[in-house]
Amino acid sequence: MANLVLDNVKKSFGAVEVIPGVDLDIKDGEFVVFVGPSGCGKSTLLRLIAGLEDVSDGDIRIDDDSVVNVPAADRGVAMVFQSYALYPHMTVRENLSFGLENIRMAKPEIERRVGDAARLLQIEQLLERRPKQLSGGQRQRVAIGRAITRDPKIFLFDEPLSNLDAELRVLMRVEITRLHERLGNTMIYVTHDQIEAMTMADKIVVLRGGIIEQYGAPLDLYNNPHNLFVAGFIGSPRMNFVEGKLTEIAETGSTFEAPGLPPMQLPGKIASTAKVGEAVTLGIRPEDFSVAREETGGWPVSIGVTEQYGANSYLHGTLPGDIPVLIHEAGQSTARRGDTLYVKARENHWHLFGADGLALAHR
Amino acid sequence: MSAKSQVAHAAGQVAMFPARAVEPLMSGLQRVLGIKRMPWVFLIPNLTAVVLFALLPVFINVFYSVSGSDRLFPWDRPFIGGANYQTLFDCTNYLDPATCSRDLFWRALGNTMVFVPVQVTVMITIALLTAVCLNREIRGRGFFRGIFFFPVMLSPVVVALTWQWILQRNGALNGLLSATGLPTLNWLVFPNTAFFWSVFVTVWAHMGFYTIILLAGLQSIPRDVYEAARMDSATPWRSFTRITLPLLKPVLLVVFILAVIRSVQTFDELYVLTGGGPGSATMLMVQYIYEVGFAAQPRNFGLAAAASLLLGLALLVFTAIQMRISRGGNND
Amino acid sequence: MTDLSMAKSGTSIRGFISRRRGRKGLHWTDWLTYAYLVFGLLVMFVPVLWVVVSSFKTPANLAEFPPTLVPFSSETIMVEGYDEPLPLFDVVTEDGDTVQLAQLRRVGIQAQMVDPANPDERIVVPIENATPVRKFYLAFENYSNLLSDTGGNIWRYVYNSLFITVVATLITLVMNAMAAFALSKYRFRGSNVALVSILATLMIPATVVLVPTYMIVAQLGLVANLWGVILPTVATPTGVFLLRQYMLTIPDELIEAARMDHASEWRIFWRIILPLSSPALAVVAIFSILSRWNDFLLPLVVLTERQSYTLQLALASFQTEYGIRYELLLAMTTLTALPLACAFIFLQRYITSGIASTGIK
Repeated sequence: MANLVLDNVKKSFGAVEVIPGVDLDIKDGEFVVFVGPSGCGKSTLLRLIAGLEDVSDGDIRIDDDSVVNVPAADRGVAMVFQSYALYPHMTVRENLSFGLENIRMAKPEIERRVGDAARLLQIEQLLERRPKQLSGGQRQRVAIGRAITRDPKIFLFDEPLSNLDAELRVLMRVEITRLHERLGNTMIYVTHDQIEAMTMADKIVVLRGGIIEQYGAPLDLYNNPHNLFVAGFIGSPRMNFVEGKLTEIAETGSTFEAPGLPPMQLPGKIASTAKVGEAVTLGIRPEDFSVAREETGGWPVSIGVTEQYGANSYLHGTLPGDIPVLIHEAGQSTARRGDTLYVKARENHWHLFGADGLALAHR
Repeated sequence: MSAKSQVAHAAGQVAMFPARAVEPLMSGLQRVLGIKRMPWVFLIPNLTAVVLFALLPVFINVFYSVSGSDRLFPWDRPFIGGANYQTLFDCTNYLDPATCSRDLFWRALGNTMVFVPVQVTVMITIALLTAVCLNREIRGRGFFRGIFFFPVMLSPVVVALTWQWILQRNGALNGLLSATGLPTLNWLVFPNTAFFWSVFVTVWAHMGFYTIILLAGLQSIPRDVYEAARMDSATPWRSFTRITLPLLKPVLLVVFILAVIRSVQTFDELYVLTGGGPGSATMLMVQYIYEVGFAAQPRNFGLAAAASLLLGLALLVFTAIQMRISRGGNND
Repeated sequence: MTDLSMAKSGTSIRGFISRRRGRKGLHWTDWLTYAYLVFGLLVMFVPVLWVVVSSFKTPANLAEFPPTLVPFSSETIMVEGYDEPLPLFDVVTEDGDTVQLAQLRRVGIQAQMVDPANPDERIVVPIENATPVRKFYLAFENYSNLLSDTGGNIWRYVYNSLFITVVATLITLVMNAMAAFALSKYRFRGSNVALVSILATLMIPATVVLVPTYMIVAQLGLVANLWGVILPTVATPTGVFLLRQYMLTIPDELIEAARMDHASEWRIFWRIILPLSSPALAVVAIFSILSRWNDFLLPLVVLTERQSYTLQLALASFQTEYGIRYELLLAMTTLTALPLACAFIFLQRYITSGIASTGIK
């Protein structure tokens, strides 16, 4: 059980600066997910915490003790690797006990810990098998089990579900969440899959180019993205973006105009930093449009492909000027290719970003 | 068999003992030196052996070649400059070995320069042919592969004695010939036939090695390329010359370099088979080095070192040229 | 093996050979291939078979020309008045009958013979009328004579060869694996220099450095000592290279996991890397065994005393010593080739795949 502080942590490989400086404060017992596109430095950050890479500058503190000069094995962290990294020539039991034998733990204690972990993960019947004889999900459990036997302060997961098929992934997602509830340890989890991030995290860290773009609770990120990147990255399908400018600002609603489109009313409060005439990007999530079949003053969307999921429908359309727009409708949509729908923004369900990419409210 | 397994068991014990003793030593070293320096600890035994028995000898060899007398240890040997090289190159007419003070060196050099191209060409051609045959969908492929490979396992001495037994005057070959009414010959007594059989026997013994490498190369060429060629109505010969050979080129190059390096070093088989004879008809460079440095009295280490340095230099130049050519050919 | 059982199951040979996936009948190129392979079989295999067969022939049988296909021994008979048994011949007499006579001696194209039933009368027979009376006979005594004639020294040679092979191979394996581990699993300054200098020794032919190697062995006091042959060749660049290439395929995550499991670097090497490299180790071991067992030039130079001879050296020296006693030489040749021939049958797949992978990569 421990909190973790990253203090201006930097990492470069030769001349390449992978992490230009990260500050982060993770509280005891939190489940934190690092998410970002590939190459954003999330795995590097995790490996720095694990001690598998040395920091170039800055400090890492676990329980207020600096660990930058402590070898990986002695940091009190355990890691579940992307490939699981199970020792292929050892049985599951040997895999679980290898680390404990290395620190010369007493045999009965090893037995007890391995037994506990196996029971917790329901892999007792697999203990004498070798990794090759296990399914992907079972290997995953063994890898987690190996981490559990070490009784670490902090669990680190490096994209642990990326090698599983879609169905198993959903299952393991729930299981890891449950495990966290049971053990209550601090856990740090790296993924590029924002759905995993949304569903599992207490807090999400969105990373890009080694920089934290936003840090907060999942729905907070969803509802109040700090910038264009987070807005585009969190949420699936992606938020729609239209570039234009503000032509009117008022207490109850403002007006947004884009070339070739009728003015769009944005009902609700607007950030005080907004200025008339400013070039901005309007972001509206697919489910946040109010959609009409008749001309009622909204933007006309000409419908192309319609994706019918049964419970939901996604309509791919274009605005005049070939701006792509995705619209979500609950249930089964009656719209067909070639139809024109008219969309408006709903009150407070829109986002404005300035020319610098930052949300107007966060400048 | 039981004696063998006992030996293996004993060897296992011997091997395990240091292993147990080594662990505390190595973890102690790790504590003192830190993880960062551990790779050097792992490297040192090997590097020591490499330096002591490969790199150092090269430098000592250079000194040997510029020093005289029959003394073994470098510090006992007087420096004589290029005298050894002068002796080797002391000829009135370079086209006629008989006019050289060390005519054997020139004969060995000449023999090597004929032997290597002939042996390598013949060997690679046959190995390629065999590999192509073995790469076809045929019954008993593993069996045939084993048959072509197994002489590689035989020791050079066994190979030489085997063929000596067959080629001798009352041997199987002459028996076969006389049975079919053909004239018999004392094969290893005449320079030309002795040379022919030298090539034959070395090819026989080493061909399997290159066949296996080429076969692996052939098998790494995806089948669908050939299927595509068939759809493009290519004849078998055309798919061989336009698909197989170009795709096999990197492997062929490796095989070629390996074969040349080994061919130049041929010694054991011929030493036993012909002893370099008749006369000096099958004496190659390495045997010359051995004869001068070890067999003859007094031992002339300086001359042997000079000759072996020239040989090493020639190999180096050859490999460099080969690499350059192959790099020019494709951009891998 | 499968060939045999299939043929037995009643299929005709031709039908069997031509049964192939997806196509009917044999293309002419298939016939050509089989013809070539069978020819290869004869050239590659028959010579060795011939040596083995010959090693079971009696000296008299060996001296015959043309040689007999299978080992025979001449029938002999004790004749009254002669101390030694005399060889028995079938002789065609002038009137066309065949009688059995014992030969006393040959004089040119004629032989003096006696009728065993009537030992006092000598008969002169032209040799083209006489053929020896023979029976199939395996001369195992060649092998026992080999043991007795060398005064048990042969066990000494076998021991020397075995000792060198086993010890050198074990050292080679551990040492090369250690170096390969360092060069594949660590990023450190100088690793490239180390790798290149190890691989560069590939370019140094052993024969080129023969003299200085001998000098260093002599300086270490190891002339005529088995260790003098073992040490110079324990570091094999191909071994390091092959093992390194293999270890590169072992995921680094395993090592990181082990490090987080408190394993020391040596423990990672010994408990994780070595067991996982066993396929590559097997290949290196086979190569090492092969080259140590068959090695000739270095032992020839270093092992100067009979006591320290390896089998190969002994065999080569027999050639000059027992040159006239072919039966011993042939028996010894067979014995020397035997262990590897046995190993080959079991390990063929490993060996060939090993050569294929080292040769290419």
